[in-house]
Amino acid sequence: MKATRDAYGDALLELGRKYKDVVALDADLAGSTKSVKFKEAFPERFFDMGIAEANMVDTSAGLALCGKRPYASSFAVFVTGRAFESVRQSIAYQKLPVVLCGSHGGINLGEDGGSHQAVLDISLMRTLPNMKLVVPADYNETYTAVLSTIKDDGPVYIRTSRAKSPVFTEGDFVFGRGRALRTGRDVTLVACGFLVWYALEAAKLLEKEGIDASVIDMATVKPIDEEMLYDFAKSTKKMVTIEEHTIFGGLGSAVAEFLSEHYPIKLKRIGIPDVFGESGTGDDLLCKFGFNAAGISNTVREWLKKN
Amino acid sequence: MEDLEKIAKEIRKDILLMLNMAGSGHVGGSLSCVEILVSLYFKVMSYDAKKPSDENRDRFVLSKGHAAPALYAVLSKAGVFPRDMLWTLRKLGSPLQGHPDSKYLPGVEASTGSLAHGLPQACGMALAGKLDKNPFRVYCLMGDGEMDEGLVWEAFMSASHYKLDNLCVVIDNNTLQIDGRCRDVMNIYPLEEKFKAFGLYTKSVDGHKFSELISAFEEAKNNKRSPTVIIAHTIKGRGVSFMEDKVEYHGVAPTDEELKKALEEIDEGD
Ligand SMILES: Cc1ncc(C[n+]2csc(CCOP(=O)(O)OP(=O)(O)O)c2C)c(N)n1
Ligand SMILES: [Mg+2]
Repeated sequence: MKATRDAYGDALLELGRKYKDVVALDADLAGSTKSVKFKEAFPERFFDMGIAEANMVDTSAGLALCGKRPYASSFAVFVTGRAFESVRQSIAYQKLPVVLCGSHGGINLGEDGGSHQAVLDISLMRTLPNMKLVVPADYNETYTAVLSTIKDDGPVYIRTSRAKSPVFTEGDFVFGRGRALRTGRDVTLVACGFLVWYALEAAKLLEKEGIDASVIDMATVKPIDEEMLYDFAKSTKKMVTIEEHTIFGGLGSAVAEFLSEHYPIKLKRIGIPDVFGESGTGDDLLCKFGFNAAGISNTVREWLKKN
Repeated sequence: MEDLEKIAKEIRKDILLMLNMAGSGHVGGSLSCVEILVSLYFKVMSYDAKKPSDENRDRFVLSKGHAAPALYAVLSKAGVFPRDMLWTLRKLGSPLQGHPDSKYLPGVEASTGSLAHGLPQACGMALAGKLDKNPFRVYCLMGDGEMDEGLVWEAFMSASHYKLDNLCVVIDNNTLQIDGRCRDVMNIYPLEEKFKAFGLYTKSVDGHKFSELISAFEEAKNNKRSPTVIIAHTIKGRGVSFMEDKVEYHGVAPTDEELKKALEEIDEGD
């Protein structure tokens, strides 16, 4: 079990070692986002901007305009929401190679509650032209995704999690490619973030009930892997999306948009309904919103009965 | 004053207890603002705990929302809700959310947590009071690290522009934020000169001395020319020696062992 935020810290450190142009910024949360590892190794290339996320993002743009490769991190809720106008105007509009990392994505951060839980960051970032969007499933995928951003010529948003979760992906992350982790006949589960693991567990539970599910790890939410969606839509005719995010504007919406135009089939979106998060342990909340293996398999089974 | 000292001790103990039971939360910045909150709710503010929605009440906005445990302990001590509720802090379904949530808990005037959003809301309340010719006063507590946010200065500018003399802001100047000392992470000092340049009446006090706090609050009530900012010099983790002035105790809850030691220490002071 490892947290994806640790992978961000480790990969950022590695990039710092390899490339002199890499600089990192944080907004008084270096210990939480794990940019602290870079800070300790390369203090002269690290800028703590204090609790000023908008300033951090615009400053990153200036650094990028002078040839630096900035990596700016804070909690997902703040780097996307608090700093949204800076991301829009200075990063996305100019198509600058700035990597934004939002740690503590979703509701699993738990007790801090709804003010701190990022449940609409994917939606915010997805509407921005030029922005690529990655929600990796585990430590390995996050690590290789962060390393791969150095090859990008535009902005990338990477969402990481606070909670430790299983490490199970193999091979390097490739931008824009989904990964089929399991192939079944009856339904395709498309997930992102560490819920991919729960989707796999749910598929095992469903198998015992005679339901044969495919599972896709859709780490790149934008640009989404349309080819893979098309193939699986065609082969299973039913699809379920699973994300630790509101069902409006995130992975579920991206899949719905694609399917309705290109291969209309029945779709069920599992995510956070039209509500904010709240306090509770991460596990309590995952359970409440039906994100654990039992919750997912129940929803899928009941939905399949009716559809 | 003796009464207030006694209340402050009980509040500190409740903060430690509730955080220990919650297993997470912000201890340092809750302990640093105890005297400020106790002065306000038990001496300075016009506030009837039995009528937390009275339209004439003075308002208090906790802009540094992570100090919620301090606010909850004080509200329950004042009688807004029963003490037993404190032990539900941060648990699923509790009105005592990790950061103050006005939807769920009477007595919480504004939802906060994302820093700097308390002050502009307090300014809005002060403007509404002026519009309605209602003489209630608005108090707002902020962190020194919170001063990093640009929004804070937009709000101060407007508070001064609209001559919100019914607004009194307190800075919990404990000199620490999360990544380190404020002056090392992002130097916000000198604060007093900044506030003066923004047209705010400014006063510096020892934030753990009731006499100084209360006289500054009274002075603010009499200042009819501008908003007042009180810079309260405080110690993060105040009252528990091993937490005092330690950046490590920003966002953690006391373990059982730490709790025991801390409670003993506070009782010994009697
Ligand atoms: C907009 C925003 N960015 C980051 C955070 C995370 N955070 C919580 S408390 C804190 C430090 C606050 O320092 P200060 O204002 O000095 O509070 P105190 O020392 O009184 O606890 C930070 C960065 C936040 N709550 N809101
Ligand atoms: Mg402070």
